[in-house]
Amino acid sequence: MQVVKADIIVVGAGGAGLRAAIAAAEKNPNLDIALISKVYPMRSHTVAAEGGSAGVVQSHDSLENHFIDTVAGGDWLCDQDVVDYFVANSTEEMIQLEHWGCPWSRKDDGDVNVRAFGGMKIERTWFAADKSGFHMLHTLFQTSIKYPNIKRYDEFYTTDLIIEDGRAQGVTAIQINSGAPHTFLGKAVVFATGGSGRTFRFNTNGAIVTGDGHAMALRAGATLRDMEFVQYHPTGLPGSGVLMTEGCRGEGGILLNKDGYRYLQDYGLGPETPVGQPKNKHMELGPRDKLSQAFWQEQRKGRTIETPLGDAVHLDLRHLGEKKLMERLPLICSLAKNYMGVDPVHQPVPVRPAVHYTMGGIRANLDCSTSIPGLFAVGECASNGMHGANRLGSNSLAETVVFGKVAGESAIEFARHATQSDQTRLLDHANANLDRIEKMRNANGTEKASHIRHDMVKTMETTLGIYRIGEEMQEGVDKITELRERFKNVKVEDKSKVFNTELLQAFELESSLTVAQGMAIGALNRKESRGAHQRLDGFEKRDDENFLKHSLITLNDKGEATLSYEDVNVTRFQPAARTYGAAAEKGEQK
Amino acid sequence: MTDMIKTNDRTITLEILRYNPESDEAPTFGTFEIPYVEDWSLLDALEYIKDEMDSSLSYRWSCRMAVCGSCGMVINGKPQLGCETFLRSYYPEKMRIEPLANFPIERDLVVDSSDFIKKLESVKPYIIDAVDATKAAPKKKQPEKTSTGVYKQKPAELGLYKQFSMCINCMLCYSACPQMGLNPLFTGPAALALGHRYNLDNRDQGADERTEVIQDKNGVWSCTFVGYCSEVCPKNVDPAAAINQNKAQGAQDWALSFLMPRKGDK
Repeated sequence: MQVVKADIIVVGAGGAGLRAAIAAAEKNPNLDIALISKVYPMRSHTVAAEGGSAGVVQSHDSLENHFIDTVAGGDWLCDQDVVDYFVANSTEEMIQLEHWGCPWSRKDDGDVNVRAFGGMKIERTWFAADKSGFHMLHTLFQTSIKYPNIKRYDEFYTTDLIIEDGRAQGVTAIQINSGAPHTFLGKAVVFATGGSGRTFRFNTNGAIVTGDGHAMALRAGATLRDMEFVQYHPTGLPGSGVLMTEGCRGEGGILLNKDGYRYLQDYGLGPETPVGQPKNKHMELGPRDKLSQAFWQEQRKGRTIETPLGDAVHLDLRHLGEKKLMERLPLICSLAKNYMGVDPVHQPVPVRPAVHYTMGGIRANLDCSTSIPGLFAVGECASNGMHGANRLGSNSLAETVVFGKVAGESAIEFARHATQSDQTRLLDHANANLDRIEKMRNANGTEKASHIRHDMVKTMETTLGIYRIGEEMQEGVDKITELRERFKNVKVEDKSKVFNTELLQAFELESSLTVAQGMAIGALNRKESRGAHQRLDGFEKRDDENFLKHSLITLNDKGEATLSYEDVNVTRFQPAARTYGAAAEKGEQK
Repeated sequence: MTDMIKTNDRTITLEILRYNPESDEAPTFGTFEIPYVEDWSLLDALEYIKDEMDSSLSYRWSCRMAVCGSCGMVINGKPQLGCETFLRSYYPEKMRIEPLANFPIERDLVVDSSDFIKKLESVKPYIIDAVDATKAAPKKKQPEKTSTGVYKQKPAELGLYKQFSMCINCMLCYSACPQMGLNPLFTGPAALALGHRYNLDNRDQGADERTEVIQDKNGVWSCTFVGYCSEVCPKNVDPAAAINQNKAQGAQDWALSFLMPRKGDK
C-alpha cells in the first residue's frame, strides 16, 4: 500500500473541486493539497454544462431578485441564509473567473454579456457561447496548474473515507492505471464528487456521474438530504439524452407540440409571448420542473410527436437565424446535426425531458461542513440547501465556484486546528478499506453487474419519473432492495489490475444502488407535490404544514437507509403560491 | 442499451485492438460481431460489447457529446472521437478500432496521456498578468476594467484567441501528427495552440515566459507543417495555424533581436 500524506484532500476535480483546491492553495501556499479525481480534470462533468452561470450584474437587477427567483424556483425548500450568501457572492466569482481568463461572451463595448434563463426575472446568466461549463472547467484546470502546492492524482478512483476519532482523516483509492491501492492521509477532506444522475436511464449526464461521493459519505456516517428531488431537464435529444441548453430558450427558442402549438400556455406559463421576443419567467422561460411536467401532460394527451427514439416535442430555433445561432449556440447546432441529423437553422429539433441534476446531496452547512467533522462537501454532491425542490438553470455552475471557494477555505481553517490521529490506527482503517477493494476484485458470484445496472436505471425511470404514484414508488423501493441483494452475489470477471474498468463499474454500481434507495425512500414518504417531486395519487398539492422540511437519509447499523426530517431555514421570504407567466405578474402587482 | 436493439438480424463486425499488459506480450485484434443499430455511435457499440460480450474491454468515455475529450480512438486508420462516430457511416463494412497512435498503450483502447498533460502544463496555460510576469516588462497595456469589474475585451479581441480556446484535449492531433512519432519530445499541436491562446489574450502579459517552450527546437520548430492535426481536430481549433503564426512571430523576433539586441535579455 502506498501512503500519500497531504494537509487537505480534495476528491473530485470538476468545477467545485478545482475551485476548492485553488482557494486552499491561495489561502496557505505552505500546505499540501492532494486533488484526486477518477478522470483527468477536464473530463469532469462540469465540462458538459452549456448555458451559463448566474450572477447579478445589470443595474435594474438586484440580489433580492436573484434570491426571490431562487427560493420560489426551489418551491421554498431552499435554506434562505445559504441563498443569500450565494447571490451575494456569485458575481464576484464570475469576475474572478474572468480575471483567470474565462472567455465570457462580450457586448460590443467589451463588457460581459448576460442572457435570459428559465425562472430568472432579469437576465443575469453569464455565458461563453453555449460552452460555459467547458470554458469554466478548462479555465479552472489551467489556472490550477499555477499553484505548486496543488498535487494532482488524476485517474485515481476513491473507494472510501477514513474516519478516526470521529473525523474524516483520509481516503483510500485505486490508482487506475496500475491498480495499486493508495491511502491518502490528511487533516481535512473535501468531497466535490458530482451528482447521481446515472441512477436513471435517460440522461444528460456523462458515464462518470454515478454518485460515488454520496454513497461513500453515507457509508461513513454522513447524512444525505432531499435525495427525492431529481431534475428532469426539459430538452434532451431523444435516444442519446444529449443536452440542448436552456440557453436555446433564453435566446428565444420555442417549444411546439405535434400541432405546432406552443403548449406551455396551457400549463400556467402563458399567455403566449410573441415568437422571437422571449419574456422572463413566461412560457419557454419557465422553470425546468414545470416544463418537464408540461411535456408529460402533453404526452398523455397524445399531443407529442412520435419519433423512432420515443415521443418528443419540437424545439424551434429557426427564427433566430443562422448568424445568431452560430454566435450564441454553435455547440447545440453541431450536436443536433451529429446526433439527430437535424440542422436547427432549417428544422426544429426533437427534444424530450432527460434526467439532469441531483438537487439533494450530502447535507452541508453554509461553510460546506458536513455532519462528519473534517469532511466538507460542495457542488452537485452537496445539499447546502440552495436549490430546494427545483434548481434554476445557471445556478449550479455558479454554485461550484461560490461554494468551491468556501469549501477550500473552510478545509484550510479546519486543518489549522486539527492534529492527525495516530498513524497506525489510520492505516488499520485504510487496510480494512483496501480489503474491500480486493474482495470486490475477487467477487465470484453469478450476477452480472451490467445487468443489475440496466435493471436499476429502468426501475428508477419507471417508478420515479416526472410524475410519481405511491404504489409505483413502493415498487421502486422493493426493486432497488432486491437489486442490492443481487449485487451481493455479483461477479467481477476481470481480475486484472491495470485499468480494470469492470472493477470500477462494480464500485460505481454499488454506489448508485445505495443512492437510488435513498432517492426512492425519500420520494415514497414525501406525501405532497413540490418542485421536481410531483405526485398523482392524492398528494397533488404542496403541503407546507407537514412537508416544508428537508428529508434526511442515514444508514443504520445494518446498512439500511433510515429516513428523518429537519426544518428548512426560512428567514424572510414566507412560502407562497409559486406562479409564472401572467399569474406571477398579477401576484407582484398585489 | 439492449432495449434499443430492434428486431432484425443485421450485424456489424468490429475489430478492436486488445492488449492487457498483465497477460499479453503484444497487442492483437479481437473480433466482435454485434447487432447493427442505426442510431448507435461507436461508444454505444463498445458499451454493448462490454456489457454483454466481454466485460474486460477497456476504453475511456464519459460525456457522449464531444466535449469531455475522453474517447479519442483510431477508427479505420483515422483519429476520431468514439462518441461522434456512427456505425451507419461504415455499415455493412467492418470497423477497425485502435488506440490513439504515438502514445504508449496502457490497456486495450486506453493510452497513457501523462506525457500529454505535462506538455499542456509546460506552456503555462493561464493568465500571467503584470504582477505575475517576472521575466520581462509587460509589452502590452493591461486592459481597463469595465464598470462590472471585468477586464474590457471587445468581441474582436475575444475573436483573436477564441478558436484556440476550444481545444477539448482529446489528443487526436497528437495521434495524427507524423512528427510526434519521430520526435516524442515535440510539445505538439494542442499544447502549442493553448500557449498561443493565452499569448493572444489581451489580458495576458506572459508571452515572454512561454517563448522558451514555444520557440524551442521541440516547440513550433519541430513541426514540419503537414497540417493533419487541424484536419482531424473535432473542434476546428486549427493548431497548425497556431504553430504557423508562432513560427512567423519567432522569425520576426529573431530578426528584431539584431536591431534591438537588449530585447532578448533573459
